[in-house]
Amino acid sequence: MRNATIQAVIELAEKDKNVFLLTADLGFSVLEDFQKKFPKRFFNVGVAEQNMMGIAAGLALSGKTVFVYSIIPFVTIRCLEQVRNDICYHNLKVRIIGIGSGLSYAHDGYTHYATEDVAVMRSLPNMTIVCPADPLEAKALIKSSEFYNGPIYIRLSKGRDVSIHAKLNSFKIGKGIVLSKGTDATIVASGNILAQAKEVCEHLKNKFSVGLISLPTLKPLDEKLLLQCARKTKALFTIEEHSEIGGLASAVADILSRNNTGVFFKPFALPDAFIKTIADQKELLDRHSLSARALTKRILIVLEKLGKK
Amino acid sequence: MNKTMNIKHIVRFTQEIRKDILKYHAKTGRSHVGSSLSCVDILIALYFGVLNITPGRAQMKQRDIFILSKGHAVSALYAVLTKKGFMSKDLFWHCLLPGHSTKDCVPGIEVSTGALGHGLPIGVGYALAARFDKSRSRVFVLMSDGECNEGSVWEAAMFAGHNRLDHLVAIIDYNKIQALGRTQDVLDLEPLRDKWASFGWEVKEMDGHDVKKMIRVLKEVPLKKNKPSVFIMHTIKGKGVSFMEDKVEWHYRSPNEELLKTALKELSAP
Repeated sequence: MRNATIQAVIELAEKDKNVFLLTADLGFSVLEDFQKKFPKRFFNVGVAEQNMMGIAAGLALSGKTVFVYSIIPFVTIRCLEQVRNDICYHNLKVRIIGIGSGLSYAHDGYTHYATEDVAVMRSLPNMTIVCPADPLEAKALIKSSEFYNGPIYIRLSKGRDVSIHAKLNSFKIGKGIVLSKGTDATIVASGNILAQAKEVCEHLKNKFSVGLISLPTLKPLDEKLLLQCARKTKALFTIEEHSEIGGLASAVADILSRNNTGVFFKPFALPDAFIKTIADQKELLDRHSLSARALTKRILIVLEKLGKK
Repeated sequence: MNKTMNIKHIVRFTQEIRKDILKYHAKTGRSHVGSSLSCVDILIALYFGVLNITPGRAQMKQRDIFILSKGHAVSALYAVLTKKGFMSKDLFWHCLLPGHSTKDCVPGIEVSTGALGHGLPIGVGYALAARFDKSRSRVFVLMSDGECNEGSVWEAAMFAGHNRLDHLVAIIDYNKIQALGRTQDVLDLEPLRDKWASFGWEVKEMDGHDVKKMIRVLKEVPLKKNKPSVFIMHTIKGKGVSFMEDKVEWHYRSPNEELLKTALKELSAP
């Protein structure tokens, strides 16, 4: 996902000489191509994220499109005031690429987890948040960002790229992608946990008609599509690798409560807690009932109950 | 103010602007009058003798960039922007203006500030862009001494030194008082000159109230090719009003009618 994203940034930089890339000393084996191709537009600012965000703002105020790159906590909460005051207030063309969505950095422990980032970034005016599910979505996002004004927070997973889409017909920031339609329930997932959501649908397909939506853009949310699903299906489930506070679940709940759809809604997310168990990402997700197996079980219980009514 | 002004005229000019600042604070009851009086001579030197900027042409290419990183001293900036013709007098005396330097609320402000330690990193970004674009634009960032407590200032200082950003000029309003006390008691900055020099900057110390000399020197930046320049301006907090000078309390207080009268009288004395 990281490589696909940076390749797309390189393609953008080849077209537009105002594209810059900054890193706070991270991105080994990911950023070298850009650096080699555009040495004058690449800066490793050192381990100094506040400064990096200020520099990005100054460059963008001078008409540049600036990509900044680091691990998620370091480009979000570490330098939050710079993101808010310098980038969001001035509504600048800065693209914050954060690596390690959710528990991607499993073995590295809680300092490297990104489990509150969406909640924090969602609250910033002018901020757009996109969490691509696979390399195709990531590439399409970078391409479609070319003429998109204002800051974008790009939330990427780390680790092996899982391809979910065979091909992507259209991608628009702010729009969800319908993978399948269903009448009993809709599952909405954001980010690479979409892979698990897809597996869940496979497991359920013999018993229930379940639709699947990928929702890469977490802000602004595709309200129209969500309301359509809420009105056409009996149940709506969200799946995300983020705290249950302030992420996809909260965003969807906001819309549902404001529109009084009456749909049964159940979110699946990480708990509001620091995770202290050390294990790989798959194991951690399993322990928090976010593996495909656990999710299938939980959704099945709900759907069977609803079916009996 | 123009090039042929002699020292007597300059003093009168700075006094007129100081009076505007005092009236503004008396009228609005806002804090930070001491901070504004401390740096207003630096602003006058920049706006009337150094910066390549033109009112009404805010987005002019190759213009110089000024960032008031000590955004709380914005009343001094308002008074100067009004005198220079960026802001209308009506807008200034309307007084419903932000208490920190805020873009989009008044014309002539490039970047919003208010939280300390933001201006220099942004200035670095502007300077990088200017170098990349081969522009003549220079970037001036005015900071307070207390602001130099912020880690982000030194992150930017290290980067600018390492990257030899000679488009960048930092100016420190060194009045030796910060919000709760003397800088040497709160968090000593000394040896300030050595700190900046060791980060790769060319340093010059000056009297931050000598407008004529500041214009002469600031016009010629960079102090040294391939190095960022920093000016440590020695100033007096509350400068120009005897009872405000070098007093912590005027970081917060605003003059009542009686004190305003006394202050204006002092500034009208020949």
